[in-house]
Amino acid sequence: MEFDPVLWGLHLFLLLVAPPFFLGVIAKTKGWFVGRNGPPLLQLYYDLFKLFRKGAVYSKTTSSIFRMAPAAIFILLIFAGLFLPIGGAALLYFRGDIILFAYLLGFTRFLLILAAMDTGSSFEGMGASREVTFGALSELAFFLLLVVLVVTTGALSLNGIFQWESLHSTFKPVFLLLFFSFFLILLTENSRIPIDDPATHLELTMIHEVMILDTSGPDLGFILYGASIKLFLFMTFAVSLLWPQTGGWSWFSLGFFLLKILGVAVAIGVVESSNARLRLIKIPQLLIANFVVTIFALLVAIFGRAL
Amino acid sequence: MILLFLITIPALLGVATLFISGEEKRKTRRRILMLGASLHFAGTLSLYFSGVSRKWNDYILLDPLGLLFLSITSLLFFLVAIYSFGYFYKEHKPPTKEGGTKEGVRHLYTPCMLFFLSAMSLTTMTTHLGLLWVGIEATTLATAPLIYYHHHEQALEATWKYLLICSVGIALALLGVFFIAAAGKGSGVDLFVESFVEKAAILNPRWLRIGFILILVGFGTKMGLAPMHTWLPDAHSEAPSPVSALLSGALLNAAFLGILRCYQICFAAHLADFAGTLLTLFGLVSLFVAAVFITAQRDYKRMLAYSSVEHMGILSLGIGVGAGFGSLLHVISHSLTKCLLFLLAGQIVLTYRTKKTTEVHGLLRTLPMTGILFTIGGLAIVGFPPFSPFLSEFLILKEGFAAGHSVAMAFYLIFLGIIFVSMSQILFGMLQGEKRELPHKMERTYLMMVAPVFLAAAIFLFGFYLPAPMVVFLNSAAKLLGGPL
Amino acid sequence: MEWLITGIILTSFVVLGSSRLASSIRMVALQGGLLSILPVLSRPSFFDLHGLTLFIISFFIKTVAIPVFLFRSLKQAKIQKEVEPIVSLHLSLVGGGAILVMAFASLRAFPLPTAPFPPLIIPAALTTVLIGFFLLVSRTKAITQVIGFLILENGVFLFGMTIISDFPLTVEMGVLLDLLVGVFVMGIIIYHINKTFDHIDTQALSKLRDVE
Repeated sequence: MEFDPVLWGLHLFLLLVAPPFFLGVIAKTKGWFVGRNGPPLLQLYYDLFKLFRKGAVYSKTTSSIFRMAPAAIFILLIFAGLFLPIGGAALLYFRGDIILFAYLLGFTRFLLILAAMDTGSSFEGMGASREVTFGALSELAFFLLLVVLVVTTGALSLNGIFQWESLHSTFKPVFLLLFFSFFLILLTENSRIPIDDPATHLELTMIHEVMILDTSGPDLGFILYGASIKLFLFMTFAVSLLWPQTGGWSWFSLGFFLLKILGVAVAIGVVESSNARLRLIKIPQLLIANFVVTIFALLVAIFGRAL
Repeated sequence: MILLFLITIPALLGVATLFISGEEKRKTRRRILMLGASLHFAGTLSLYFSGVSRKWNDYILLDPLGLLFLSITSLLFFLVAIYSFGYFYKEHKPPTKEGGTKEGVRHLYTPCMLFFLSAMSLTTMTTHLGLLWVGIEATTLATAPLIYYHHHEQALEATWKYLLICSVGIALALLGVFFIAAAGKGSGVDLFVESFVEKAAILNPRWLRIGFILILVGFGTKMGLAPMHTWLPDAHSEAPSPVSALLSGALLNAAFLGILRCYQICFAAHLADFAGTLLTLFGLVSLFVAAVFITAQRDYKRMLAYSSVEHMGILSLGIGVGAGFGSLLHVISHSLTKCLLFLLAGQIVLTYRTKKTTEVHGLLRTLPMTGILFTIGGLAIVGFPPFSPFLSEFLILKEGFAAGHSVAMAFYLIFLGIIFVSMSQILFGMLQGEKRELPHKMERTYLMMVAPVFLAAAIFLFGFYLPAPMVVFLNSAAKLLGGPL
Repeated sequence: MEWLITGIILTSFVVLGSSRLASSIRMVALQGGLLSILPVLSRPSFFDLHGLTLFIISFFIKTVAIPVFLFRSLKQAKIQKEVEPIVSLHLSLVGGGAILVMAFASLRAFPLPTAPFPPLIIPAALTTVLIGFFLLVSRTKAITQVIGFLILENGVFLFGMTIISDFPLTVEMGVLLDLLVGVFVMGIIIYHINKTFDHIDTQALSKLRDVE
């Protein structure tokens, strides 16, 4: 794990600059589907600029947790991003870093919920409760998915796992199962449409959006920025499941990688446009189904090794 | 060639009859039924003459076991066809309020009966496990419209239960066949019973065991072994009586034959103890269930249905304890007796217009001929000497004790005792009492009496005297089961 | 082939979790299609008469005839489109997961030779059979019971793949024909249940009892 400034620079650049762009791509796809132009591709950058220039308003009932949380979430997400191979190899890796990765993501959720509860608003408490409910189910599947990956590839770090092409020359059904499962986790974790609608402010539908109603100014900027990074991390993860980028980086592989992410972003847009948001009571069923699929993948993986 | 003829003639006639619909052509259809039954019966009889080939190709051939079941089926079908002439004539002109059943699947009666005959023939004529399965499943499908004959709610319920439970059971049996095939994988066996018996030593006993369990459960469902018997009382009580008679007398036997074929394989592979224990267990459970439900029964057709469960239990038990000869004799006794009883029950239903035991009294005085025959049938079915079921039940008991299955035999006697008491009580309640003037008094056509009289004579005769050729024949069939002779 | 088998298991899960009758029927059709491709792949050459005939006929029966017929009876009977399970869909899915784990766990008890298929086929067959059973007992509508039966039968077929070469073609045809006629008869009965009771909820079929 030697220090390679080019790699670090590139990795951080991708991690910090690229994410809002892909949210723009999703929005553009959705707009195109309904026959509109959609917001500009760089809309989120403008929003972030605007937010970071503003001041924040804090409710009197909130404590320091509320002020601290958005920035902390942002930093934790960046930190988690260091463990995921993006352009080439991951910046940091050690045996078992998948657990750290999962926990960092979990910790951001915890902070977000804590901040929402801190406002003392029953409305945000409701959002937090839903987030926990669905988060519990999707994290279950996520952890299981990591286990499957470990079993299939025999590696214990994200960097090692996504070298699977060098281990298995042929593409196995397990990975497709995992991709489907993970795609659903992605939609859940990033509050995309069949699970949650990021565009609405209706209390009946909101899960994620409701928790940040009291956040404003740079804090909201951090949250939105963080959300786009989280989505970027998940998209990278999903892409790597189907088609990992191995070896060192080159301009060619970098372009290729961005194209793949672009593909996933468009796919998310398509899924969001062609599906209606599920009724709240239906969501656990979908997540349980997802969990069962992951179990299936695990069994296939273990089975494949045993023979 | 005769064998092929026996399968195809009923099927072709059945297909032809499908195109003869309409109430006014009812007589034509009955005649075709009669024609099919007579041809089939004649064909079956001709098989007994030496020089008539009992083999058509590898798949279609008759061994003594198959011939036994084929003969029973053919005979019963012939008798039921005669009986149908009279029965449906009466049932179709009922002085009921709702004016009888509507036009519906009724014109399917004859074709389905003929398809059933064809499927039964196929079942008895093959030792190929796959083909056997096809035949047994085909019997289920052919009989489902027959059970739905009356077209009312209860008939619908009975049909649905029958269809679904039996289909699932038979799907399990197919799984069982696959397991047995898996047992012989790699040893070059074909799916013929003989082939398995020949190579029994190199079969994988584990798969064979699983396969036998699945087949016992699967075909056991169709055969009416408790606790998979739940469809049986409903189907038997809701179907028209001639159909009930065939269901009990022939259909259950087909499934039993399926189990026997697999027993043959198990016996050859030295798994007779394992298979026997299972068969004994299922037999005793069936006897127990039948004893309990007969005691509480208030519907005489259902009671007869539970009595079928009882006798299927006896058959299973008989094979289980190694009484091959006794069991096969019991197959004959039971089929004849139960067919007799159901045919008579049909007459009672037509006359009294009720299936409740509490509303039927004075049978001996109201319908003397039916009453006397019903007495004979009733005495025979509860195992009263000197009728043939007594003989076969006694043989099973004797051989069971001789083989050292005293506990099973003790239970067997207890359950038979309970059934004897409770069933006689119900039967005699129906037979005795004052003569009643019934609203549906009808002249009785001789066609409806021919079959019962013949059957009653047969069970009476076999109770006293088994013709020597029949003993030889039964022995040769029992030898296939490997039982002690 | 692993792909096909995985697909077969997944389709039975979709049926287990779907609340619409139409999508259940479509999934059964898809499962039948996947199943009928399987024996073709097991043959050394594609242009093999036995395998090809079997493929064409079983594809026709399982993927075209039966689903079309089920859709027709769905339409004819004006059945409501929801599944109405006794066990909630959540629990069904969890149950399905349990079945899956069980099937894979019992694998060591079934070390059957499966060549030329991947060994995955045994747990897949077990899972499909058990899910079929589960559907049979946990759904109230007659048509969903038929779907359960079909899945059960598909599972049995999947198991049968491993020894299918031992069967002569005529027997296979007979089995398929039986299946077709069975579903056909069931469909007609469903139609009559609907006509008699105004719905196809089998819980209404409880008039026949031993003691009144």
